[in-house]
Amino acid sequence: MKVLKIATAGSVDDGKSTLIGRILYDTKSLTDDKLEAIEEKSRQRGFDYLDFSLATDGLVAEREQGITIDVAHIYFSTRKKSFIIADTPGHIEYTRNMVTGASTAQASIVLIDARNGVVEQTYRHFFINNLLRIKDVVIAVNKMDLVDFSEEKFNQIKGEIEYLASKSEYKGQNLTFIPLSALKGDNVVDKSENMDWYQGETLMHHLERLDADDINDESQTRFPVQTVIRPKTEEYHDYRGYAGKIYGGDFAVGDEVTVLPSLTKSKIKSINFFDKEYQKAKRGSSVTITLADNVNVSRGDMLVKVDEQPTIAKQLDATICWMDKEPLQASQKYYIKHGVNDAQAKIMQLNSIIKTDFSGIEESPSALELNQIGDIQLKLSRPLSFDAYKDNKSNGSFILINPKTNNTVGVGFINPPNPQRGN
Amino acid sequence: MSQETIQVDALESEAIYIFREVVAQFEKPVLLFSGGKDSITLVRLAQKAFYPAKIPFPLMHIDTGHNFPETIEFRDRLVKELGVELIVRDVQDNIDSGKVKEETGRYASRNMLQTETLLDAIEEFGFDACIGGARRDEEKARAKERIFSVRDDFGQWDEKNQRPEVFDMLNGRIDLGQNVRVFPISNWTELDVWSYIENEKIEIPSIYFAHKRKTFVRDGMIWSADDEVVYRDEEEEVVERMVRFRTVGDMSCTAAVLSDAVDIVKVVEEIRDSSISERGARIDDKRSEAAMEKRKQQGYF
Repeated sequence: MKVLKIATAGSVDDGKSTLIGRILYDTKSLTDDKLEAIEEKSRQRGFDYLDFSLATDGLVAEREQGITIDVAHIYFSTRKKSFIIADTPGHIEYTRNMVTGASTAQASIVLIDARNGVVEQTYRHFFINNLLRIKDVVIAVNKMDLVDFSEEKFNQIKGEIEYLASKSEYKGQNLTFIPLSALKGDNVVDKSENMDWYQGETLMHHLERLDADDINDESQTRFPVQTVIRPKTEEYHDYRGYAGKIYGGDFAVGDEVTVLPSLTKSKIKSINFFDKEYQKAKRGSSVTITLADNVNVSRGDMLVKVDEQPTIAKQLDATICWMDKEPLQASQKYYIKHGVNDAQAKIMQLNSIIKTDFSGIEESPSALELNQIGDIQLKLSRPLSFDAYKDNKSNGSFILINPKTNNTVGVGFINPPNPQRGN
Repeated sequence: MSQETIQVDALESEAIYIFREVVAQFEKPVLLFSGGKDSITLVRLAQKAFYPAKIPFPLMHIDTGHNFPETIEFRDRLVKELGVELIVRDVQDNIDSGKVKEETGRYASRNMLQTETLLDAIEEFGFDACIGGARRDEEKARAKERIFSVRDDFGQWDEKNQRPEVFDMLNGRIDLGQNVRVFPISNWTELDVWSYIENEKIEIPSIYFAHKRKTFVRDGMIWSADDEVVYRDEEEEVVERMVRFRTVGDMSCTAAVLSDAVDIVKVVEEIRDSSISERGARIDDKRSEAAMEKRKQQGYF
């Protein structure tokens, strides 16, 4: 069965955890023992209704403060599809978790409190959805019960978001607006009886209908080699299998391929998965490929079809989301992890900070702080084979690692090469 | 050669990718093998990741001494078939030397004591990556676990300071003394695991299937009365029931469920219709709402 990964975003108290709890409850995904625990806790705390957020807020600190501070993953299935929801926190200081939760998502839900309308956080969430180029975005206008299920209120919010969307650089996004009440269950799984004016689908109907396409669906062929398999047994004496996952395109036996970055050419001799051979392998598949010629291939090299080369360069431009307390500054050095490839990277320039409220950019800043997003220019210790993020999400993204702490400090989205600099 | 096109299932493909990253990024990985369905699934995925080469790391079992005999028998057979090394470290050794104190009474369990033995073994062999079969759907605190989860010398999980994991990229850089717990089937559900076992025709220990067993009931749960490991009050009546186990943890904290699912097809059907969560039959999670989180901070798997 196909799995649809969904990211969620909302401000504090927009009712995100409640919505997820409601989805689990209405799709009968909460088991009796979990439901009993929620009922008991809700009673203990003197609530009039079931506190569904108790189903997802897993850490002690979260239950104490009644907030979500880290990405939680929630799994459920309906008859039609399996879902993974990344419950990402709404607090401004936890943007890095939102990017984390949303990075592999095919769809996302942005929650808006109908009483408050579009707030600063909404801009940020909407901005990140655009930066990550998430194809299907649902704007869930929640707490409609608290604004008398007002169509006018809903349309006002819809208008504001549509205006934002018109300013966004990413035009391939499908926006869907749904008025709902997570607490009362209106339009979550079951159709609301309080909003006759809304003719669209319920949230679950909509999610069930979305395609769970591979995130690199429209890309050229990319096969980064993770490890070389050499059994060194009598039976497989000369076997050299290149193990990896296909990030875009399909590969077939007989395809002429180029090994990057060496530019050596060869042909695909066989495609193996476990103890079987196949004629063709599709994107998203972890397989093992052997080549017709005895060429030099090792971890971090990439196989592509001969006429589908990405950029091979020792410098790149990227938009980066900073995830560490210690700010990014020009001339600092980090490790870069680009897919399965490692190199050293030096920040040549911090060009700008991009305002997540769509209000423009701040030119030539001195540092990029935690949760800020900016444009940078990197110099690499050796050439990497990369795409622009818009062409291939996996081969167009990277992380930076602080060599002192080993922590992942930033995630980058590679921009198309700058023709003026000729890279 | 087959004329077929292969599209590897997303969850399986992800798990295989993770296994290959472990071998590429670490010097001394080990697969923590309990004999349960999740670790058996891990073994199959590891086989697939490196075929036609053998699994390039050993399996290690932290033996509480309270395992179901069926599990141990199964473990030894599997290891022989695969031709991989099996390391066994016994919780009993730490009890005998007085390093840890065994719990007593009604709810006594050796489950917690495994942590100390595990940490000792990690140090003894210098393992830098321990691969485990934990899944995010099992429990609320596990839902927040990373795929590469960094632990310090004490095995501690710093849940508020986890490395962000974006796209597929796994940052396995660690300092000396640190190690990484790796969870390749993080994104699988219990049903995914069972469906995989069914589709792949993977053999699993017999206690997962319905069988007649001498049992008694306490706190609404069914306990095995076959063995003296499980504490039983005299007035708790032993009755033979048709049961199976949904997890194969330590006997002292793993309850059975009434079932007539005698084969894998029936088990998958049963899981699909079940209204009790998997860990609902694990008494160790019921000690408090934060039980799992606390154990994880102390280095539990």
